[in-house]
Amino acid sequence: MTVSKEALAQSASSAEAAPSDKEGAARGTHGRGTAKAPDSWRSRLYRWDMKASPYAFISPFFIIFGAFSLVPLLYTAWYSLHNVQLSSLDTQTWAGLDNYTNLFASDFFWNALRNTFSIGLLSTVPQLAVAIWLAHMLNYRLRGSTLWRVVMLTPYATSVAAATLVFALLYQPENGMINWAFDLVGLDPVNWKESDWGSQFAISSIVIWRWTGYNALIYLAAMQAIPADLYESAALDGANRWQQFRHVTIPMLRPTILFTVVVSTIGATQLFGEPLLFGGVSGSKGGSEHQYQTLGLYMYDQGWMIGNLGKASAIAWSMFLILLVIAAINMLISRRLRKSQ
Amino acid sequence: MRTTARKSRRAMTFAVVAALATGLLAGCASDDDDSSDGGSSGGAGGGGKTTLTIGTFGTFGYKQAGLYDEYMKLHPDITVKENVTTRTDVYWPKTVTRLQAGSGTDDVQAIEIGNITDAVQTQASKFVDLGKEVDKSQWLDWKLKQATTKDGKTIGLGTDIGPMAICYRKDLFKKAGLETDRAKLAEQWKGDWSKYVALGKDYMKKAPKGTKFVDSASSVYNAALGGESERYYKDETTVDWDKSEGVKKSWDVAMEVATSDMSAKLKQFDKAWDQGYANGTFASVACPAWMIGYIQEKSGKAGSGKWDVAAAPTAANWGGSFLGVPTASKHQKEAIAFTKWLTAPEQQAKVFAKQASFPSTPSAYGSLKPKAETAAYFSDAPLTQIFSDSAKTIPSQYFGIKDQPINTAITDIGILQVEQKGKSPEQGWDAASKEVKDVLGQ
Repeated sequence: MTVSKEALAQSASSAEAAPSDKEGAARGTHGRGTAKAPDSWRSRLYRWDMKASPYAFISPFFIIFGAFSLVPLLYTAWYSLHNVQLSSLDTQTWAGLDNYTNLFASDFFWNALRNTFSIGLLSTVPQLAVAIWLAHMLNYRLRGSTLWRVVMLTPYATSVAAATLVFALLYQPENGMINWAFDLVGLDPVNWKESDWGSQFAISSIVIWRWTGYNALIYLAAMQAIPADLYESAALDGANRWQQFRHVTIPMLRPTILFTVVVSTIGATQLFGEPLLFGGVSGSKGGSEHQYQTLGLYMYDQGWMIGNLGKASAIAWSMFLILLVIAAINMLISRRLRKSQ
Repeated sequence: MRTTARKSRRAMTFAVVAALATGLLAGCASDDDDSSDGGSSGGAGGGGKTTLTIGTFGTFGYKQAGLYDEYMKLHPDITVKENVTTRTDVYWPKTVTRLQAGSGTDDVQAIEIGNITDAVQTQASKFVDLGKEVDKSQWLDWKLKQATTKDGKTIGLGTDIGPMAICYRKDLFKKAGLETDRAKLAEQWKGDWSKYVALGKDYMKKAPKGTKFVDSASSVYNAALGGESERYYKDETTVDWDKSEGVKKSWDVAMEVATSDMSAKLKQFDKAWDQGYANGTFASVACPAWMIGYIQEKSGKAGSGKWDVAAAPTAANWGGSFLGVPTASKHQKEAIAFTKWLTAPEQQAKVFAKQASFPSTPSAYGSLKPKAETAAYFSDAPLTQIFSDSAKTIPSQYFGIKDQPINTAITDIGILQVEQKGKSPEQGWDAASKEVKDVLGQ
């Protein structure tokens, strides 16, 4: 182990030293005023190796990215400007921006966009708040803390399908456990499948359940990096735990919070599996009034159920642009935050 | 102590990595199998075994009826592998993309009745003409016609059809003070689905606690529409779903169900629907032949002898499939022979015996016998008789190219809004219209 490490270190240092050596040598020859010595084949190969190898090392990612992300992305853009039916991919007719104008004139699109945002808010905000609180709790000395951490991560490890099927059963309007519990405490049953807010809340709860532990662990990692003396001095100043949390933990966590917000927002914009499976048969409609049809579902419905691939591609690109806008807003906010600090 | 802990941790890590790696390799290996099969049989004439794959959705009953095993016994050089996709709406888009790519298809592909026009009109060149291989007169005329192109190419052979009956819970009917004799019941609602709905109103007056008359308004809609001669399309080029007499009549019946609290408001094939069978929360269901097997499975032992079957108000068809051989199949000859065998009357009769999926080949009708267990489950109702009577008078229907998405728009948007959200029938129709326009790109 140690031997190889040393060897690595050596080669690294020699690699760093090499170019400057070379330069020095070249300068030296210039200084003597003689003609520039022709590079030997070996040294040219060596220099070429120095320049090209790093690219070769990182190329697998970019090749795979190009083949499986970039090309499909551009191809989707091409599709979105054509009339393409799933059943006849060979015949594409040029449609210009028709797909986009149709899309922006369609109520279904705006409805899906609205739903995506409201479900996104309903799931992201409580999820992150609970995650911070959980992380704060776990940050104290606990017996069996590893166990708690593992337990928190289990929902994340569960498959979306399995989790959603269980939740769909719990939220069944008739014979469902949640309505049964509502009945016990004297509340009216809610039609979790078809009511507007009920269904959105139900879907959000699945997302919250799956992702809270994951985010809590990220927060926990960041919390443990906060120096303990900050807390000690805060305690000396007479701050109680809540005040410590507000005035020490939260400010120190700011970059981490921002990171989780960005990641969760992207996840929320792409929400697909949970509402699809929650809806059961014909789940891609997102309920009888499309009350929980997200952009992802709308795209799936257009492309694979109805077979209108051109329009589906236009939705995909609109989603992509929306994500870019969100990313830009996030960047602005984070820059602001950094300045204010 | 330390070292052992570290060692065990390392062993653990190794175990996890090994497990993951074998999982990944196994995933790859199964892919490899498919391609190497193609290669080996291409090269070897008779030595190697040929693997035939068949792509199906839902439950076809071939495996259950032991047909694959039987075929392999008859042809020792062939191994049959079934690739099942549970949901039709996932199965078909996947199949279409593979057909167009010209690779990745199974040697035999099942096609659902809702997709057959799509296949005939847009994918005909990707399928082998099976009409040349068989005696076409074996099949019901309308069934054969659905899978045949204008220039006479038959791209799929009929498997089952879905002649309609009404399955009902004798015990619940009795408690609600209704007639329980199947012949008399059939007489009471004969000729018109609204008579069946009227009976439902009687049922609700004295309904046993926690039960409804039907599972859903959509199922009544689908059943009624299956007996009309016109669905959503007049012919290949004219969509007239909003002027179709059949659609209007069926919609009205469904609206009566949706607005009179006689429906359990379930969505067919949802988990909750299955539970409805198990808990006996609805007393009757429109029952195409393929539903018989489903009811037995979902109602379980407790339902045995409580169910009965009566003739439906009108002779109607709901569902049914075809088997086609893609030209991309690497073992076309073997696949054609296999498809011919699977869809032959004798084999269809075997599937009926096990699963009660009803044959599309009339010559099988004489020899149809459901399993004794199935007959007993449905109070010894004469299943063969009821379904073949219905099958003989089913009107020929034209399925348009977007038949399935239009139907989904009407049942899962229009009807569901009225049934579950208390909207008026007009509002439901408007919502469905809007949806259909979106489907048709109007």
